[in-house]
Amino acid sequence: MDYTIRIGGEAGQGLQTIGGVLAKVFARSGLHVFTHQDYMSRIRGGHNFYQIRLSDREVMSSREKVDILIALDLNTISIHRGSLSEEGIIIYDAAFIKKGFDSPEFLNIPFEAIAVEAGGNRIMANTVATGAVLGILGMDLNIFEDIIRERFSKKGEEIAGKNIASARAGFDHAVKVCTRCDFAVPEPGGTPLMLINGNEATGLGALMSGCRFYAAYPMTPSTGIMIFLASKAKEYGIVIEQAEDEISAINMALGASFAGTRAMTGSSGGGFALMVEGLSLAAMTETPIVIAEVQRPGPATGLPTRTEQADLLFVLHAGHGEFARVVLAPGTPEQAFYLTNKAFDLAEKYQIPVFILSDQHLADSEWTFRGLDTGRLRHNDYKLRSEALESISVYKRHRLTENGISPMAVPGESGHLIVTDSDEHDEEGHMIEDAETRIKMTQKRLLKKLPLIRQEIEPPLLYGSERPDIVIAGWGSTYGVMKEAVDVFSGDYAIAMLHFSELYPFPSTEKFDYLSVLGNARLSLCIENNATGQFSRLMRAETGYKFDAGINKYDGRPFTLEGLSGELDAHISKL
Amino acid sequence: MPTFQSYEGQTPAWCPGCGNFPILKTLKEALAELEIEPHQLTVVSGIGQAAKLPHYMKCNTFNGLHGRTLPVATGIRLANHEMPVIAVAGDGDCYGEGGNHLLHAIRRNINVKLFVHDNQVYGLTKGQASPTTMEGVVTKTQPFGSLSEALNPMAMAVALDCSFVARGFAGDAEFLKGLMKEALNHKGFALLDILQPCVTFNKVNTYQWYSGRVYRIGDDHDPFDRIEAFKKALEWGEKIPTGIIYRNSRPTLEERIPVIKDTPLIKQRFSFKEAEKEIQGFY
Repeated sequence: MDYTIRIGGEAGQGLQTIGGVLAKVFARSGLHVFTHQDYMSRIRGGHNFYQIRLSDREVMSSREKVDILIALDLNTISIHRGSLSEEGIIIYDAAFIKKGFDSPEFLNIPFEAIAVEAGGNRIMANTVATGAVLGILGMDLNIFEDIIRERFSKKGEEIAGKNIASARAGFDHAVKVCTRCDFAVPEPGGTPLMLINGNEATGLGALMSGCRFYAAYPMTPSTGIMIFLASKAKEYGIVIEQAEDEISAINMALGASFAGTRAMTGSSGGGFALMVEGLSLAAMTETPIVIAEVQRPGPATGLPTRTEQADLLFVLHAGHGEFARVVLAPGTPEQAFYLTNKAFDLAEKYQIPVFILSDQHLADSEWTFRGLDTGRLRHNDYKLRSEALESISVYKRHRLTENGISPMAVPGESGHLIVTDSDEHDEEGHMIEDAETRIKMTQKRLLKKLPLIRQEIEPPLLYGSERPDIVIAGWGSTYGVMKEAVDVFSGDYAIAMLHFSELYPFPSTEKFDYLSVLGNARLSLCIENNATGQFSRLMRAETGYKFDAGINKYDGRPFTLEGLSGELDAHISKL
Repeated sequence: MPTFQSYEGQTPAWCPGCGNFPILKTLKEALAELEIEPHQLTVVSGIGQAAKLPHYMKCNTFNGLHGRTLPVATGIRLANHEMPVIAVAGDGDCYGEGGNHLLHAIRRNINVKLFVHDNQVYGLTKGQASPTTMEGVVTKTQPFGSLSEALNPMAMAVALDCSFVARGFAGDAEFLKGLMKEALNHKGFALLDILQPCVTFNKVNTYQWYSGRVYRIGDDHDPFDRIEAFKKALEWGEKIPTGIIYRNSRPTLEERIPVIKDTPLIKQRFSFKEAEKEIQGFY
């Protein structure tokens, strides 16, 4: 069982409400869900859609074929009718869009009229539509009713009751009129699954790593991280400051970090461009910071609400001068959760900037998981605290040590002074210009730390054949679609995926010799959501390995399973 | 008890006769008189001659980037609002590169004290015009004279309802010390603009030029009267007022953030165990 539901309409029509609730119902029923959103950069109007794929097996990518299309406007029908599967159904409200269709795949459900008839109002048309979908799928309404009660608990029983009545009316109507509905969704009762998107997972990872300060300037698609943390600010004591610009945001976060707080900032490419000066400052002052760079297509303002993986080389090289950094690129919300925790740990341990390199596709896509294991989280405090501080007679913030890591104390916690500088400085933190100190400080900040950091980097994940003839490699948010593509071809070929989620320092081959896997393959392909194959270039620069070819998508949209499979097929058929 | 010597740092690398010297000396005296220990204080600066000041004293120091003094100071204060935070900047640093941050620091009313060494010239880069350079002053990069009107930081701050607006003069150290102490004791963001002759590059606004013009604002001025303050802020030319031009009493940013209202962020204990329940919110 593997169905796709697409809800299309104008911005502001409630697509997210319908889609979000349906996804939650499915996840609580124990079904696997993958959702993705396609939206335009406007508040109202235009054409947006929300897509849900549900299955009794794990799903982690979107398909092109649609089984249930919910058309909230006429435009949706003209755009998406061609994507309908053979048994697919289009549900719509003929009265609302002022047009009827006679073909058997169309199912007219007067959402608004049903809502009003059931004692609700026109706003509850979305509840009717949601109920109707559950009816079409042959599911029951209990979980949806629970969600309605939770959602409207503050607004009182009457509102909840009217919504439940609307949901039932939509459900009953659909069951009655849908003669060709033949969907086979398993009975609920499976273990409920958690449903989370990439931005929420990054925010949750930050919260659970002790992040107490987040400064940012709102920018799509990174804002979700800030919204999540802001929603937890009161309960957990997090300071959220909306800065006047990204330059300020990163500098504020550095100030908070210097003062002793775990701090983070986030933006997308254009905003991160403004932070680059501050990035270099973090490096020179050895102030820990976590930066979420949630990519969208550029250059400049690009496609503000769409997806791309084209900031990899920018993030790797951003900042003037030479310094140590870490770049982590989660492929799933689950990885985003754990890698954000790792980011905070590494940032503080090595006193460096650490990136979470995400993108719109990961940020807005929801996945189902069995759960998250908090036992895997690292909660180390690397700061020099009171007793240890008191035993030191002379404290130097930038003391030269064997491993390049100077003990970090925070101002005000002892009688010692904490001095740091964006100029090159001595061990105490005061500015210098002599050549000898400059060399020692560069060795400390960069050359000594980097090999240690590299040991903490995990190698890529191999999925599929252990001895593959065909290897597809990629990084970040293409994880899901690559993995499913491997499943598609694995019956006929020895195929595997190599997914890189820790990109810099580039993983060594000590823990896992991924280069020999690539070397033994007959065909290696690098899958990237960018035009120039940035990861391919990084791979070649770091290891000398050159992929046989690349599959690059740079239309601002994520790969779909059919899309990637088709391209893979074209390469494989030439073997 | 801290003394003047408690703040003694490295030997300054400023030009002989620089207006920064009396400012440095005065600041150390003011801090000693207020009994603030060096380790209890953080001085943040950006880039420029003024920004070197924290290196020439003993205190916690974050010497960051050109113009970015206030965001760093804001972050430090929000993390630990029990720690006094002084931001030291030059006129180019603060009114030029950092102009946007100044607007918003004033709006936030973060309890940071901003001391601007205003010498109306870019000293570190050797003599170009700054935002406060008077119109018509010729420099190597302004061959036709500065064509932009000089920024009036006092009038701008009054217009923005900045909670403490004052002007000092490096040539009147005793009065300056009182202003520094007033600023440090003020609850809220304080802008203290200090006229500081650049003996090397500014051949117009010299000690002599100032000495005939600068006067101390008398007791008859009510700094809480915004209209009167605005009039005072507009005085420039033959007569240049020094003293507290404007002040008001409004809550600081720190007071208005519920999560740090009572305890500084860095002193709060976080329960990782408790946060685990957040995972349940995603089912």
